[in-house]
Amino acid sequence: MNPFAEREKALLELERRINELRAATADQPMDMSSEIAALESRYQEILREVYGRPTPWQKVHIARHPDRPTALEYIAALDRFDELHGDRYYRDDQAVVGGFGLLRGRAIMAIGQQRGRDTKENLRRNFGMVAPEGYRKVRRLALLASRFGVPIVTFIDTKGADPGISSEEHAQSEAIAQSLVAFTNARVPIVATVVGEGGSGGALALGIADRVIMLENSTYSVASPEGCAAILWADASKAEEAAEHLKLTAQDLMRYGIIDEIVPEPLGGANRDPIGIVTRVLERVDAALAALERFTPSELLTARYEKYRRMGAWGERAPAVSG
Amino acid sequence: MPMPEWLNRRRGKSDDRDAAQWSKCPSCGEMLYRRDLAGNLYVCSRCGYHFRMGAYDRISTIVDGDFTEIGAEVRSTDPLLWSDRKSYPAKLAGDRERSGLSEGIVCGFGEIGGYDAALGVMDFHFRGGTMGTVVGERVTLLLEEARRRRTPCIIFTASGGARMEEGMFALMQLAKTTAAVTRFMGDGNLLFTVLTDPTTGGVSASFAFQADVVIAEPGAMIGFAGRRVIEQTIRQKLPDRFQTAEFLLEKGHIDMVVDRRHIKETLARLLEYAVKGAQRLQEASR
Repeated sequence: MNPFAEREKALLELERRINELRAATADQPMDMSSEIAALESRYQEILREVYGRPTPWQKVHIARHPDRPTALEYIAALDRFDELHGDRYYRDDQAVVGGFGLLRGRAIMAIGQQRGRDTKENLRRNFGMVAPEGYRKVRRLALLASRFGVPIVTFIDTKGADPGISSEEHAQSEAIAQSLVAFTNARVPIVATVVGEGGSGGALALGIADRVIMLENSTYSVASPEGCAAILWADASKAEEAAEHLKLTAQDLMRYGIIDEIVPEPLGGANRDPIGIVTRVLERVDAALAALERFTPSELLTARYEKYRRMGAWGERAPAVSG
Repeated sequence: MPMPEWLNRRRGKSDDRDAAQWSKCPSCGEMLYRRDLAGNLYVCSRCGYHFRMGAYDRISTIVDGDFTEIGAEVRSTDPLLWSDRKSYPAKLAGDRERSGLSEGIVCGFGEIGGYDAALGVMDFHFRGGTMGTVVGERVTLLLEEARRRRTPCIIFTASGGARMEEGMFALMQLAKTTAAVTRFMGDGNLLFTVLTDPTTGGVSASFAFQADVVIAEPGAMIGFAGRRVIEQTIRQKLPDRFQTAEFLLEKGHIDMVVDRRHIKETLARLLEYAVKGAQRLQEASR
């Protein structure tokens, strides 16, 4: 259940009354500004109360909010975008979108997982759960970026890889495994941003990067909270408990050195200022690309190897558990 | 380590555990005398069902003589300070006690049919063979050392996927082992994997399917998503054969399905092709 549902209703109601009052005062001489100000301060108060210190489970819901900017919003804000389709074997998976584009004049290969914003689009995009054909498209585009010499910019937003019959029949494991190889070997800078939810290997398939950015309320975990609860306790309804354990927030992952940067969101989440967030994220991606510009391909590959070589390396972090 | 020591290690545990002298085959119901079952590499003599096998048992059936273990000093940590029904360190201690293993994989070097090989063997009896930082680190150390020695590498997989209790550190092991695999293979070294029951999730989506040749044991369950997850998602029951080694062979995902009793000779033949190919390349470049 969405932990915000009740309070969101209250916020919507306040918003409606503020707008009504504004409309009313627009064509009438009476001054309602103090009433409006009072309602607005009440609105901010509830917002702070509800979203001031979100729990991990609340962040999962902010990250999944239907109005949160999705990959296509970021891609639409590029100077230009030419979509490339298909895996060259079987079909074009709509759960992932990719192609060449320009970001502030810089040529890039943009690749993003696309969930839907409504039921119809969710069906077409399979809720952002990518099938093997999609990961093969991702791999192909990563190789293409290397051949063109243009950096790769990814937008991650998925609960996990598609777990269907057809995906297993088409070798989901192999498709993800080979996407990991393509990103590991890409001779161009890679900047990955977790814009919504990053779940499991299905997210990591777009996530091996020289710089990893997360939005303040995005989540990134070894499995979705539902998946983790199903695996550990055979009960997906214990997702909230799993979310607490998984250390899936941007702040936790920054502390662990697994991500490199956090982009702040407005109070209540990116959905409250989509245009502002998209602009800010693209600014940070551009800055990351500018910083990576001076490295040769072999320097990039060496630094990338060493970065992942250190991840969870033994002896550097916590003392061994006794026994 | 020399042969007798590690052979003792593999036998030490199982003797106490074998209070029951008989095992029932879960496939055909045949009662099998434990000693005969071990002698038959834990394959049912009646129906050919492959029981899950411990890492040291497996190694003893694959290498010719000595096996030099590496990475054994790499031990588990508790990076997230995880505790649910039990603390993660307590779960680890319990599995160490029950399995006689220090973690979910044993890695080292030995000869197979007279050919040098790096060998990694996962064991489902330790945390369901899940990959956390220790499994990731040991696989990486094995591939790095094999790359230095220019030795082919063989990894037997048995894994329920990434280890939840290590969170994102576990997921990052997919990236780390992929980096090690690509460096190893990028230098022209060969990687073979043998997928045993079960091989799923993060392990199947990384080195298991990044290998040059992928072999599977009969009946092994292999896939990305677990059966239960798929059934819950699609709300219907899956056919029995779904995600078995034989199903994957038919779909073209793996090179061969090999009975456990023939795996050593199959690996030796592949190593022979590799050595002969390398010799030809060396002569041609002279």
